[in-house]
Amino acid sequence: MRHILSVLLENESGALARVVGLFAQRGYNIDSLTVAATEDPTISRLTLVTRGDDQVIEQITKQLHKLIEVVKLADLSESAHIERELMMVKVKTTAEQREEVKRCADIFRGQIIDITASTYTIQVVGTSDKLEAFIQALNGTQILETVRSGVSGISRGERTLSL
Amino acid sequence: MTSQNTQPELLSGGAMLIRALADEGVEYVYGYPGGAVLHIYDAMFQQHQVKHVLVRHEQAATHMADAYARASGKAGVVLVTSGPGATNAVTGIATAYMDSIPMVVICGQVMSHLIGDDAFQETDMLGISRPIVKHNMSVRRPEDIPYLVKKAFYIAQSGRPGPVVLDIPKDMTIPSQKFPYDYPKDIKLRSYNPNAKGHPGQIKKALATLLAAKRPVLYAGGGVILGRASDELTVLARKLNLPVTNTLMGLGAYPASDPQFIGMLGMHGTYEANQVMHNADVIFAVGARFDDRVTNATKKFCPDATIIHIDIDPASISKTINAHIPIVGLVKPVLQEMLHQLEKNKGELDQDALGNWWHQIQQWREVHGGRYDTSPSHLKPQAVIEAVHRHTKGDAYVTSDVGQHQMFAAQYYKFDKPNRWINSGGLGTMGFGLPAAMGVKLHYPEAEVVCVTGEGSIQMNIQELSTCKQYGLGVKIINLNNGYLGMVKQWQDMNYDSRYSSSYMDSLPDFVQLAEAYGHVGIRVTKAEELEPALERAFALKDKLVFLDIHVDPTEHVYPMQIPGGAMNEMFLSKTERT
Repeated sequence: MRHILSVLLENESGALARVVGLFAQRGYNIDSLTVAATEDPTISRLTLVTRGDDQVIEQITKQLHKLIEVVKLADLSESAHIERELMMVKVKTTAEQREEVKRCADIFRGQIIDITASTYTIQVVGTSDKLEAFIQALNGTQILETVRSGVSGISRGERTLSL
Repeated sequence: MTSQNTQPELLSGGAMLIRALADEGVEYVYGYPGGAVLHIYDAMFQQHQVKHVLVRHEQAATHMADAYARASGKAGVVLVTSGPGATNAVTGIATAYMDSIPMVVICGQVMSHLIGDDAFQETDMLGISRPIVKHNMSVRRPEDIPYLVKKAFYIAQSGRPGPVVLDIPKDMTIPSQKFPYDYPKDIKLRSYNPNAKGHPGQIKKALATLLAAKRPVLYAGGGVILGRASDELTVLARKLNLPVTNTLMGLGAYPASDPQFIGMLGMHGTYEANQVMHNADVIFAVGARFDDRVTNATKKFCPDATIIHIDIDPASISKTINAHIPIVGLVKPVLQEMLHQLEKNKGELDQDALGNWWHQIQQWREVHGGRYDTSPSHLKPQAVIEAVHRHTKGDAYVTSDVGQHQMFAAQYYKFDKPNRWINSGGLGTMGFGLPAAMGVKLHYPEAEVVCVTGEGSIQMNIQELSTCKQYGLGVKIINLNNGYLGMVKQWQDMNYDSRYSSSYMDSLPDFVQLAEAYGHVGIRVTKAEELEPALERAFALKDKLVFLDIHVDPTEHVYPMQIPGGAMNEMFLSKTERT
């Protein structure tokens, strides 16, 4: 089962290494990981996508809690939440393909953020599924490179993860 | 007081570090000097509150500090230099981590501006130690040193204890750079606040379950020792008429001479303890963590049991075995609350069922009963431990290394008091025993301190005989010498058709001469009849380190022994019998 864990972490050097090290030491999976400071610069927020059965996820959350620098954490997938990921795709575009690629980007509400005579760079934002669907939709176009931010997530409604 | 006295004193980083240790109540620091910690050692030299013990290898410093912590309950302190000094300490840090021992390890580091340059004696100690510490920190500004020392002790000693590494670049301790010194009285961290008390509703539920139990067992581990809760545990066990088993780490938590004690459980546990566990309807786990050396195959573990589990570390609950009634909290206040609720509770024990249960336990006790060959032709390691128990009136601090001798000591030295049995249970570190004995002896010079070891383990830190001479540490070394790495050999006997791949040690030193070369007393025992007079003489030499090189039967195995992959109650009882 896929879970999205949100973690508030002391924004100190070594704290992220401790989180990542924990996953490596105990053999847990990381599908994606994003981290940046919050509006409070002493706190970082980390979103981590992992997989495991209930017992494994319970151990992961307990082990994360044990890390001294972890202030709070929540499993976003336990309740209604919003998740977003940003992807940039650079594609090779021949003259006859350009219109089709543009249309495809529009359908996915993507934006073309850089162009050259032979390439488009498209930015798409959405759930991980949507980003994968976009790549599928580019079928026939030569992808030069892609970069994905990893998932960020937030709870719906009044529920918050804050100090 | 004059206004001058209220001004904080100006101290260098090195002096602040030592003063902070003094303010923390530290009496001894174990360590080894080197380039990155020279400023600190100079500050140490200029005061007399904190004393330094110079070991011969940094691993020994960590084990000394660790054993002091195990005996006293307070964090032990280690001071080592950067690079090899720090890496030599790694095994000792991991040993303390696995057994949840509070320890503060201060490592020197190269100057801040050199970090990352592969400078002389530079190593990333924060990175190396990260998986084996409760926490680690680096000093970035000298003025933070008092706060970071306080934080290190707070984290090491609270909640589930553990080692904390403090990495100090050399330029944080420069003698000429002074800062106002103020040691914080207490400390609060927004990200760390261990829950001590336990949920009263869960405690109530646990008590009701225990009162209704027909075949209960109390399974107590190292958490009871660390949590200083032996008294509460003993009272509760007696009130509820529970059979009590201790883990290897929990020996002494419940008195071994008490009739309700059924011995150690697990891999080399007693037949009765493993049978009681397997057949129990309620398992009351207190400060124990269902380690693989206890459970055997988890799928076959105690099929009928409702499991109550008290632990300060939520991650230890339902990690390997699912707990039906989890209670997160320190063992002592939780047991106190249980006793309090029991006072008010009008519930009755099921005396009939308990009577039958105890009758059954009595029958199990008679099956194996810790028997071994007592014919006088062989000097048996078990007999040596029993003799040591007699000669020390069961009141010694006993440290051990790892292997057969460790299991014999655990099985045959009947510990009636907590904090007396000091061994590396989790990591299983050979070389632990001698420095551990030294750490205990230094703090309890009047106490009898015995190191039970083997000819393999003792050689892993034998250089510390020199440290013993320097500080006059009169420990007694019981070297159960069988010429083999005994536990490896036992497994090779049982699983590899006695192919002794690298488990025979040729060219052993003459341990008697070796001990004498270091300025101690050495006694060799090769026959059963020599044992008593040798022990007599050794324990009469009060202040002397006596190295007893005792040649025991090399064919002996440790039994019972759980059959790998089986349930708790599947055991070999001797070379020819199994359940």
